Amino acid sequence: MALPKVKEDALTARLAALPALAGKGWLGAARAEAQGRLAAMGLPSRRDEYWRYTDPASLVAAEAVPAADFHPGDEAPAFDAIDRLKLVFVDGVFDPAQSDDLALAGVEIERLAQAGAADIHWAQGLYGVLEARGQTPVQRPLAALNSAHATDGLLIRVTGRAARPIALIYAHESKTSDAMLHHCVKVEAGAELTLLESGPGAARFTKVLEVEVAEGAQFHHIRVQGRDHERRAATHVFARLGARAEFRSFTLTANGRLTRNEAVLELAGPDARAHVAGAAVGDGDFHHDDTVFVTHAAAACESRQVFKKVLMNGATGVFQGKILVKPGAQKTDGYQISQSLLLDEDSQFLAKPELEIYADDVKCSHGSTSGAIDETALFYLQSRGVPRKAAQGLLVLAFLAEAIQEIADETIADDIRGRLEGWLARHASKGSA
Amino acid sequence: MLEIKNLHVKLEEEDKVILKGVDLKIGPGEVHAIMGPNGSGKSTLSYVLAGRDGYEVTEGSAMLEGQELLEMEPEERAAAGLFLAFQYPVEIPGVGNMTFLRTAVNAQRKARGEDEVSAAEFLKLVREKAKTLKIDAEMLKRPVNVGFSGGEKKRNEILQMAMLEPRMCILDETDSGLDVDAMKLVSDGVNALRDAGRSFLVITHYQRLLDHIKPDVVHIMAAGRIIKTGGPELALEVETNGYADILSEVG
Ligand SMILES: Nc1ncnc2c1ncn2[C@@H]1O[C@H](COP(=O)(O)OP(=O)(O)O)[C@@H](O)[C@H]1O
Ligand SMILES: [Mg+2]
Repeated sequence: MALPKVKEDALTARLAALPALAGKGWLGAARAEAQGRLAAMGLPSRRDEYWRYTDPASLVAAEAVPAADFHPGDEAPAFDAIDRLKLVFVDGVFDPAQSDDLALAGVEIERLAQAGAADIHWAQGLYGVLEARGQTPVQRPLAALNSAHATDGLLIRVTGRAARPIALIYAHESKTSDAMLHHCVKVEAGAELTLLESGPGAARFTKVLEVEVAEGAQFHHIRVQGRDHERRAATHVFARLGARAEFRSFTLTANGRLTRNEAVLELAGPDARAHVAGAAVGDGDFHHDDTVFVTHAAAACESRQVFKKVLMNGATGVFQGKILVKPGAQKTDGYQISQSLLLDEDSQFLAKPELEIYADDVKCSHGSTSGAIDETALFYLQSRGVPRKAAQGLLVLAFLAEAIQEIADETIADDIRGRLEGWLARHASKGSA
Repeated sequence: MLEIKNLHVKLEEEDKVILKGVDLKIGPGEVHAIMGPNGSGKSTLSYVLAGRDGYEVTEGSAMLEGQELLEMEPEERAAAGLFLAFQYPVEIPGVGNMTFLRTAVNAQRKARGEDEVSAAEFLKLVREKAKTLKIDAEMLKRPVNVGFSGGEKKRNEILQMAMLEPRMCILDETDSGLDVDAMKLVSDGVNALRDAGRSFLVITHYQRLLDHIKPDVVHIMAAGRIIKTGGPELALEVETNGYADILSEVG
């Protein structure tokens, strides 16, 4: 079916602004397929049901809206205290000079830009493959655009227990950078990896992370989306889990004009476990969207979605979350909670929780709430001598606790709590100054 | 210690007057009790002293050791030495009891320009005080008052009081919902804190708490006023005859 004229024009304009990519090797073939998917879908617009709460205009426009680079002042960079393999991207381009060597016991790491020209590669079975699976039942054109046009990224294959976490650090130097990164991670049976991501990335950042977690393997993902305010980002995590595999992903988002984080998780083997969580704090013209789709395709799997947002001074939070339980996925244990704490009346939270269940012996629950800070608890704390602002900070952290608990590593969890405390101390809401 | 003069209070959102000229003077080391029927304004008095929102003081003053309480933020009142044991202690999901206590102790120290207590010193102190109140380690770890029984909540209030060492303690119906054993624990906790420099205002419905915590002065409050003041015998009189006699006597 041909695209409507408006969509056709928007796509043409966007593609015209992108360099044509050589179609060599396995990557060329994968890009061409992605380009085909994109051509059939067109780019998202506000009229699409899946973009009802978030206007994608600035994400799909031919040019990125300029965003000044950001210096976080005295705050230590995320994960600084953690012994990790550091890999740095500046405005979406890998920077070997600032990075450690691509060598880590138990792991093979290659740059997409270099590995793509080969005729055959293990990543063939992953690159664009999970993205393509994730296009039904809901279309994700920005992910297809990424598969077709990303020029850099990492291909990570984990064969044992990774000696250290891998930290991807995204720096942003150019005001107008428009970066597209595509990473593939394959955690082989029984292997384990912790992947850390931090930093703003670019003025506009489009990212895809495809993760295959094989039988009995573990993948932990912790991400901190910087403090710079002007950035716009659309990120996607596509994960497929084998039997007894474990996937955990936590994202802290502070600030950001527009962030859409999509997670598309497929529990494909029995007894697998997928947890995805997010804590977002926003002040003013902040728009944050978590869109999650969890498919239970095998029996006895567990999934958890825990999303918490603290919004002030007119900030907007969005949550779209779905649990789909396929026929035969008996003994499914699915949980979803999305909550917002509105620190004033100008802020808003829009939520669309969904369950679709085709098996009869399942346990699924979902809840969504939106509320103000508990004034009685605030007074109780004050009456014990805790200043109002500190008391508010304590209550906000308590509100976020369930999401932060999804971080398995206590050192990292403490670091995240510290970052949140710092942020809260710097941002006071109008409603409770 | 505490001197309340001609205190008039109405609700902020409604034209309802609750306190209609309360006068009360509590000297250092004294224990005063306020008794009175439900709805007479006892809790309102305690909330207004502690600085809760929603009330408007239309007249009067409340001085704590020469400082005007009514102009301070609730946390400043706490740092100045005021403590209110709530009639209904508040549950705070997600905040551990221990974290809560330590944050409170350190906040007050900071406000007074003192150093924070070390983690080890604090832990030792809490354990010691918790033990005498039969508060176990589990209760200290749980979120503040969440899932606590009525008696546990009240003991937790006394633990906070013991840790914060306030100069002026107000106890609002700390005996309600307590069985005989719990009442004994709580009273012992309070009595252990009595000294020449610390005063208490014990709000209660029943005389039985006053068997354990012996007051120097007893006040009867009705319809937003203190209508009668006397010695401990006044509490006994209420116990035997109820409030009716006193109310009609005062007219
Ligand atoms: N926030 C409030 N909103 C409405 N009415 C209130 C409020 N606080 C107190 N009152 C009313 O004021 C009166 C005194 O209440 P309270 O101080 O709780 O009495 P006591 O503690 O002596 O039982 C009651 O009639 C009560 O209903
Ligand atoms: Mg009362």
